[in-house]
Amino acid sequence: MIEIKNIQKSFGGVTVLNDISFEFFTGKTNLVIGQSGSGKSVLAKCIVGLHNSDSGEVLYDGRDMQSRTNSERKAIRKEIGMLFQGSALFDSMTVEENVMFPLTMFTKMSKEEMLERANFCLKRVELHNTNKLYPAETSGGMQKRVAIARAIALNPRYLFCDEPNSGLDPKTAIVIDNLIQDITREYNITTVVITHDMNSVLEIGENIMFLHQGINAWQGDRQSIITTDAKAVTEFVYASTFMKDYKKRMK
Amino acid sequence: MLGGCLTRPDKIKVFWKRCVDEVMNLGINSMGIVFIISIFMGMVITIQTASNIDSVLIPKYTVGFTARQTVVLEFSPTIISLILAGIVGSRISSELGSMRVTEQIDALETMGVNSKNYLILPKILGFMFILPFIVVYSMFLGIFGGWLVGTASGIITTADYVYGIQYWFEPFSIFYALIKTVLFAFVIASVSSYYGYHVKGGALEVGRASTKAVIWSSIVILFVNYLVTQLLLID
Repeated sequence: MIEIKNIQKSFGGVTVLNDISFEFFTGKTNLVIGQSGSGKSVLAKCIVGLHNSDSGEVLYDGRDMQSRTNSERKAIRKEIGMLFQGSALFDSMTVEENVMFPLTMFTKMSKEEMLERANFCLKRVELHNTNKLYPAETSGGMQKRVAIARAIALNPRYLFCDEPNSGLDPKTAIVIDNLIQDITREYNITTVVITHDMNSVLEIGENIMFLHQGINAWQGDRQSIITTDAKAVTEFVYASTFMKDYKKRMK
Repeated sequence: MLGGCLTRPDKIKVFWKRCVDEVMNLGINSMGIVFIISIFMGMVITIQTASNIDSVLIPKYTVGFTARQTVVLEFSPTIISLILAGIVGSRISSELGSMRVTEQIDALETMGVNSKNYLILPKILGFMFILPFIVVYSMFLGIFGGWLVGTASGIITTADYVYGIQYWFEPFSIFYALIKTVLFAFVIASVSSYYGYHVKGGALEVGRASTKAVIWSSIVILFVNYLVTQLLLID
């Protein structure tokens, strides 16, 4: 479980995150949702330690990330897998080398063992015959899958996905969402998905935090998000004409 | 930035491989352009020297002597380094800048990899290792280019040219050139890495960072050149 307590973050006097507290549960897909510019990605970067928050705590199964020494932080980071918005694959490496990278850096596996593990991870994300391709030679959906395979290569305890289906068609987006949910359940990891995609929310949102203007404006699950009366949430969920009509029909 | 670089690598074997890769990328891949520039500059230096010698009192071997002094003391270490500041500097800066804007550096940090040590230190060490070899290679080519044009056009005989390049030779001048070269390599790799690593924004900023990297590398090279010359050549 990841617990965040009273996270505060400002950039140049502008408060981006204001007193955010939340619990991300193990074995569940935890979603942080909100409009663009609401502070979702900044929150994710504060949680994984890419940004230092101005105040507050981030507890990884009770271990406070910020108060630890560099080596202790590093040890926690090795337990984190992260899928970035643009996949962030190393473009000088092949698909196979990308997945093997964390194994090369942090394990004493032989090359054969690393290859075996990489093939297992690629198979798990349903990628076949792509090992020798470079990221630029693969589609957006394939790149996301490779990034997931790389993120799970070290058997992480925590998985972060920043806008995992941005730039993907709705069908591929759902496939990626389901893949994230399946992996979360299969390996019993704590998964945090940052998204503004309502399809994702309705598909995999088991534990949702709604960020609005830097504050935790609402929390719940995918059932309660469509029935809540919280103004900021309803404006977000029923932003499109189609959804507004749908709501009227439901009433 | 350098403080972050100078830590124990996460894995020595991987670090060593990265250094070798950088030697190839930054050094060996620059050999072609260095070859062309050095040969032609050696030719031009010889022709210009010969064309400026009017007096019969000045021996012919002065052409070889001047070509050697120019190539060894300034052209190969400084001018080649300035040219490589453009080629290698923009390459380093744009590579790191692209990695920054596409979140590849964030990905390394999230994994627990010291990105500065993994990405920057191999570039600095690799380039500091290979640039002296490139400069010595350039010295030979420059002097060879001078001989080639001198003998082919009848400006000077091989015997005079060879005598000239051996005349009053001080091995210290090679040491001075190589000291400069190692410092220039450090300047090019570190200044360019700094600008590339700290890019914020998108493709436009990557381009701007490359330009800044080249400009500042060149300025610092010129300053270091003056400083080292003052320190080593003035008694």
